[in-house]
Amino acid sequence: MRGFGAVLGREIRLALRHPADSLAAVLFFVLVCALFPFGIGPSPEILSRIAPGALLAAALLAALLPLDRLFGAEAEDGSLDQLLLSGLPPAALAAAKALGHWVVTGLPLLAATPVAAAMLNLPVEAWGAAMLALGLATGVLSLFGTAGAALTLGARRGGVLLPLLVLPLSIPAVIFGAAAIEAAAAGLTPRPYLLLLAALLALAAPLAPLAAGAALRGD
Amino acid sequence: MLEARELACWRGDRAIFAGLSFSLEAGGALLLLGANGAGKSSLLRLLAGLIPAAEGQLLWQSEDALADRVAHAGRLRYLSHQDALKPSLTARENLSFYARLWGGDVAAALGSVGLADLAELPARMLSSGQKRRLALARLALAPAPLWLLDEPTVGLDAASVTRLGGLLAAHRAAGGAVIAATHLPLPLPGARELTL
Repeated sequence: MRGFGAVLGREIRLALRHPADSLAAVLFFVLVCALFPFGIGPSPEILSRIAPGALLAAALLAALLPLDRLFGAEAEDGSLDQLLLSGLPPAALAAAKALGHWVVTGLPLLAATPVAAAMLNLPVEAWGAAMLALGLATGVLSLFGTAGAALTLGARRGGVLLPLLVLPLSIPAVIFGAAAIEAAAAGLTPRPYLLLLAALLALAAPLAPLAAGAALRGD
Repeated sequence: MLEARELACWRGDRAIFAGLSFSLEAGGALLLLGANGAGKSSLLRLLAGLIPAAEGQLLWQSEDALADRVAHAGRLRYLSHQDALKPSLTARENLSFYARLWGGDVAAALGSVGLADLAELPARMLSSGQKRRLALARLALAPAPLWLLDEPTVGLDAASVTRLGGLLAAHRAAGGAVIAATHLPLPLPGARELTL
């Protein structure tokens, strides 16, 4: 547990030293959401109709951006060997990296959600549900993404392979997340969809770090 | 306390080394010699449990050392040819992370490699020799019975090699063992040599 906290604290400290990385993901998210009004036209009805799906897709793509450096940077400077020999089980190391990725990438995206939601004309009543759905969905992506990053570590063109591996796994998160936001926008309760999303997160939370740990150990 | 029996390591379909046996007792030291590409670094990685052995056995206190690799990691310190430092963190912060994992006094460890005055400097500002010393400071943090060192003196000045000699002597006097790969003379009196 002490090792888990140490790795997580190190992730956050490194992100604070390089705030540009988190900022780039947030700006990417906001810019992708800003592209929709330009492409589809400023009709408020159509925008608010596509807002849930667009928010989810943009947030997941933005959260993917820093993933290929999650273990790549550690492997390049030799830190990965030290982390694997730190006395922390590889799965716990992967879990700490996944949580670290969510804190330094997922949380800033949540903070930018109202801006993106406003640009897509999402009703204000649905903003809370949107933030909850994005928080859970980016959590799922952080977990699957960590497993993907561990699997593609050292692969040629790993940066291209990673989204191909992770995005299909994220489809259920997009479906339930968008459904939750749509329900809230229509004045219904988003609760069942959010619970399904939380169930997905609960499923990925133990499985993805185990897979990532096995990939890191090379067995 | 460490015994290797008929170890072999393959890369692709080519054997890097095979049939390698040695044993090391508490306080002992083993120097790995050999030309570039002879497999010194691979052997150290294998001994650390970072890569699997194709054949053979590694025993620790007469039990399979690699059966529980997390426990094995707990009894060793591995210094690779890379320094494993984060350039944006200060020397103290780089070391504090390992102190949280293993315990130990960061200031004392920095002092033991002569970096006490540079503790608050980001690692990217350090020279390559100073980075090497900061990597060596990990050894001084908390005791572990087995040190695996890959070219520990690369880039070090004479005074730093002498300080490393002091660290190595103290480690061996406390019953620790050292396995070091090197091309340069190391301050390891009485070390056995193994040529790959």
